[in-house]
Amino acid sequence: MKNEWPLWEVFIRGQHGLSHRHVGSLHAPDAETAIRNARDVYTRRNEGVSIWVAEAAHIAASTPGDKGPYYDPSQSKVYRHPTFFDIPDEVGSM
Amino acid sequence: MTQVDQNALTQFLLRLGDNTLVLGHRVSEWCGHSPVLEEDIALANTALDLIGQTQLWLGLAAEVKGNDSSADKLAFLRDAWDFRNVLLVELPNGDFGQTLMRQFLFDAWQSIMLGRLIKSSDPRIAAIAEKVSKEVTYHVERSSGTVVGLGDGTDESHARMQVALDYLYPYVGEMFLSDDTDAAMVQAGIAPDPSSLRAEYDALVGKVMAEATLVIPDRAYTHKGGRTGYMHTEHLGHILTSMQWLQRTYPGAEW
Repeated sequence: MKNEWPLWEVFIRGQHGLSHRHVGSLHAPDAETAIRNARDVYTRRNEGVSIWVAEAAHIAASTPGDKGPYYDPSQSKVYRHPTFFDIPDEVGSM
Repeated sequence: MTQVDQNALTQFLLRLGDNTLVLGHRVSEWCGHSPVLEEDIALANTALDLIGQTQLWLGLAAEVKGNDSSADKLAFLRDAWDFRNVLLVELPNGDFGQTLMRQFLFDAWQSIMLGRLIKSSDPRIAAIAEKVSKEVTYHVERSSGTVVGLGDGTDESHARMQVALDYLYPYVGEMFLSDDTDAAMVQAGIAPDPSSLRAEYDALVGKVMAEATLVIPDRAYTHKGGRTGYMHTEHLGHILTSMQWLQRTYPGAEW
């Protein structure tokens, strides 16, 4: 019998308008308990307005070995970044 | 607001503050000992919430009492016979399940009580009730969830939770007893008669225990004597020994 609770990844939305950000992980027997645990572990100091949890086993991730083929080819292609435009002051921060 | 006997009001506030003080201390005993890290943090949070509530209730009790009293003096310089908490909160932690069962049986009562105190004729009491009822709503959610999880869990966790409920349930009735102090509070519109909370409490506890597949024992006997100060259990003295040690040994010590 497996005694360890599954691992959950925790995402907190810091304030309205921002997106949820990964803050860490914890163990819990089910999703509801995971949210409660996240409340106690990660939001005691007014850090958030919303909590998401996702069971870690259900998250598909790229592997470190993919680094070369995935990311290196874009390094020398500065024209992919829109840094050549003058932005009028009136636009404000983008 | 009707004039109310200040001694009765002090007694009433001590009952509220001593409940949260003694339970907060009990729960804090788990710090560093819980079965898993997440529960350890959650229990420590609960304990801190309860101690925070104590500062409010005993702070107001000291204000009403006057005479240079303070929340700290009430917490650390009274002896067992002056405490007015119900016996339920001073009982030993037992195993994790027993601690959470005790927590739920108290949280359920406290959440209902606070709901009524929000409408208190004393604005100071209404303000405290309003402030703390949010965290208490969370306490009920957490403790009831754990009671259901363990009650409706494995054979062993179910058996332990039933033992915990059988042991603790005879202490539930004391929270709903009324005396002259309560009558004075009712008359002044400060607080409800405790017995008037029972139906709502039974409905809530009944629902959670049914979901937890646990059987509530027949109400044959009610242990009492804590909230009147008539007779505490032997456990309270042991709590005070460790809780008050520093102030007793180094009077007035601060840091």
